[in-house]
Amino acid sequence: MDILIAIAGLGIICLVAEIFNLRKAIVPVTVAGLLGVLAFVGAKIFSKNPDILGLGFDKEPYINMIINDKFALSFSALFILLTAFLVALSPEFHKNHKAKLSDFVAIKLFLLTGAIAMISFSNLSMFFLGIEILSISLYILAASNPKDVKSNEAGMKYFLMGAFASGIILFGIALIYGATGSFNMLTINAMDREALPSWYNIGAVMLTIGLMFKIAAVPFHFWAPDVYEGSPALSTATMSTLAKVAAMASFFKLITTLNPHLPGFLTTINIIAVLSMTIGNLMALKQTNVKRMLGFSGISHAGYMLLAFQFRDLTFAQGNLFYYAFAYTLAGIAAFAVVLYVSSSKGNEEVYSFNGLGKTKPLMAAVLTCALLSMAGIPIFSGFFGKMFLFNQVLDKGRMILVVFAVINSIIAVGYYFKLILAMYSKESIENKEDNNTVPFVYSAVAVIAILINIGIGLCPELILQLMR
Amino acid sequence: MDVSFILIILLFGAGATYFVGDKWASKAALIFSFAAFAATAYLTYLFSTGHKVNSMHLWIHNPMVLFALQADGLSLAMTLLTTALTPIIVFTSFGNLFPKTRSFYALILFMAFAMVGTFLAVDGLLYYIFWELSLIPIYFIALIWGSGDAKERKKAVIKFFIYTFAGSLFMLVAFIYLYQKRHSFLNVHLYTAILTKNEQIWIFFAFFLAYAIKIPLIPFHTWQANVYQKAPAAGTMLLSGIMLKMALYSIIRWQLPIAPYAAAQYKYLLIGLSIAGVIYGSVLALKQNNIKKLLAYSSLAHVGLIAAGTYTLTLDGLRGAVLQMVAHGFGVVGLFFAAEIIERRFGTQEISEMGGIRLQSPKFTSMFLILVLASVALPGTFNFVGEFELLYSLAQANIWLAVIGGTTIILGAFYMLRMFQYVMLGEANTKVFKDVTFNEGLALVLILAVLLFLGIYPKPLIDFITPELEKTLVFINRFN
Repeated sequence: MDILIAIAGLGIICLVAEIFNLRKAIVPVTVAGLLGVLAFVGAKIFSKNPDILGLGFDKEPYINMIINDKFALSFSALFILLTAFLVALSPEFHKNHKAKLSDFVAIKLFLLTGAIAMISFSNLSMFFLGIEILSISLYILAASNPKDVKSNEAGMKYFLMGAFASGIILFGIALIYGATGSFNMLTINAMDREALPSWYNIGAVMLTIGLMFKIAAVPFHFWAPDVYEGSPALSTATMSTLAKVAAMASFFKLITTLNPHLPGFLTTINIIAVLSMTIGNLMALKQTNVKRMLGFSGISHAGYMLLAFQFRDLTFAQGNLFYYAFAYTLAGIAAFAVVLYVSSSKGNEEVYSFNGLGKTKPLMAAVLTCALLSMAGIPIFSGFFGKMFLFNQVLDKGRMILVVFAVINSIIAVGYYFKLILAMYSKESIENKEDNNTVPFVYSAVAVIAILINIGIGLCPELILQLMR
Repeated sequence: MDVSFILIILLFGAGATYFVGDKWASKAALIFSFAAFAATAYLTYLFSTGHKVNSMHLWIHNPMVLFALQADGLSLAMTLLTTALTPIIVFTSFGNLFPKTRSFYALILFMAFAMVGTFLAVDGLLYYIFWELSLIPIYFIALIWGSGDAKERKKAVIKFFIYTFAGSLFMLVAFIYLYQKRHSFLNVHLYTAILTKNEQIWIFFAFFLAYAIKIPLIPFHTWQANVYQKAPAAGTMLLSGIMLKMALYSIIRWQLPIAPYAAAQYKYLLIGLSIAGVIYGSVLALKQNNIKKLLAYSSLAHVGLIAAGTYTLTLDGLRGAVLQMVAHGFGVVGLFFAAEIIERRFGTQEISEMGGIRLQSPKFTSMFLILVLASVALPGTFNFVGEFELLYSLAQANIWLAVIGGTTIILGAFYMLRMFQYVMLGEANTKVFKDVTFNEGLALVLILAVLLFLGIYPKPLIDFITPELEKTLVFINRFN
């Protein structure tokens, strides 16, 4: 609860700062504030008594709404880190709309509150509040370029589809309440599954469908490529990193706590996982727009993350999922920082715009290469360990066939990741003249820091894994 | 001081080479690669006098992964090969003017780092990481500094990458599968994992896919000739001289001891495939008019014989394989360098456009002749020792295999000498062939010295590797 208050407070400070004409201070203050909260969350994870400030937020009655276990705190830390990166990228990205900067930053902070609420909920109503705050912020961000038809289309599409999904989620929650008489996750988890009426399971399935939509898993993925392509690049970065793993992690928490005893439920999730990987990858192969390609690649990564449902030991699985999410999102942030630069200097994100980047901007090309190699699962980048831990966990459960599908998909994925790498290193830039525009400092700083963290957790995976234990 | 020191030198060297800038990059690379060689030599000395030079640290708790590097006769021999060839390869590139020099040399050192890691690692996952890591630098070396049409080069390189990546992923699955049995990736634990016959066969072929693509064995060889031809000389040397030895080494270190039942079961099939590669490579080499492609196919034939030797599961086969790996490593680097020297002067890889070099440069011609004779395993060269042991091991399996495998020498003599004749002899060429420079001569002389010295006196190397091979053989033969 204290984390939520701090972040929501930061968002309000942003809005107020604009009124008092302190626009220049907004981003530094926000990033510093976020890092402060990050340190606070870190202290909460490592200290024995999480109630550091003594405000009583980790006791009754607050824990009926928000529970700060290691899973929630670790993911909150990741979300805060991602938001800090995204906020740092904002002023450069919105440099032509300086007046709206405070809005963009504040919306990202509210989005973060939503994400944290939906990962640390202990009550289904809190979960719904979280997911709605997150979604509404995303609708606004998707449509945040009102002069661009595509951005409008993306916002509208996302809103309509998202509203449906929210409706289904709400229906699911209502059914579960009807079956159990409680919104509280702990109470629900303790109930005897066999004694519950059958619509409990229907409720769980509806929640699954609604969240599959948010994750953009096949067959609920049709909105994703259009929305990703149409939204401004920074919003796409937010959606495909922060929003995706927030939905994924809360889905994992939800299903493992609701624990529906439904024959074939896990099999269905496995089929969805395989379909997401395969269709995401196959479609990504054909794309020429990098944002769209990363969108489809995100679908396939959602498929990999769904493999985490095959587990013997819950904390082990949570650690693996967290590691994968961490690796994927940081690679995503690094990749998008480069895409933002290319898109601002060339005006679009087609693959040919990246031609010759290895010569003109070697640092940016190197960062993007590392990010793509991480997503493709080449060792020493953390993406490899993410995959390897998941494979290990799935094989531990004896599901060889899932691993084989995942491996075949990793091979397909190399095809399109390397298409971009090839474009950067082996093709000449289409403009013959040397373009002299330098890379904005924040873009390169964010890209480099993100990729260094990515490689760092690849060198010492323990750093991340131990947070959960 | 332990073996991780070599890795640190190479990795640090790669970084330093990149940061000293284009002008000094080549020198820095030479210094660091030579330092790595000196460190390896010193560690080999320490090891042979009974010191412990292993490096073992816990890296990841769950799943348990150890940062485990082990020095033994086998791994140190391969490490020596790598660190001895790397300075030579760096040195041979001095004559070329590359764009982005510092990245080029940094990548070579990084590649040496990954390869040394592959040879030293005894933890399966660590080994796999180094194995995959070595792919990245060679991909960029071939892509950026390669020769020929950019479009075709891209196609060849991406095919190579996807092929090898695909193969090794199945090896990763095999490793994770084995991990479930023993909850450890350490090689000695994996050797003793209890596997059913069926499991052994699956695991064996998962490994086989990775290695057969990298060696390459028929029918997984289609990437090879194109990449060898398109890559810059240094890249080809790294690939053929060291990188493919990673796979041959891994057969002895990982594949055979982990799944010995399957190895014995499919022994003749695997030897047959390898020997088929020998014949196929030799016949194709006969037809080539491009000198780099000819050398690539002749390399295919030679490594086919090495692979056949390992799959005989005899001490002679394993020992011959290791000896021949070293011999072939030096020999093929020398030959590709000679081809590069000619290309620098004539600007062509086509054999028909060469000729008459003997009249202009007798020194180069005689060195080239020794390399050619070593390649056809003339007694007195080191290649003879290895090839002899390999054929002897084949004869132990079946005399006819040795007879067929022996054709590699006959066919080899045919195409290599014919190539020598067309390239070196004949009327004086209208093009001017400047005599070899001091640098070029030095590199060739070093290679020849190794080949001739070990050819006459191979005992130190044989004594060095045999104990470890005998130990491995105990695991390989534990079901017989």
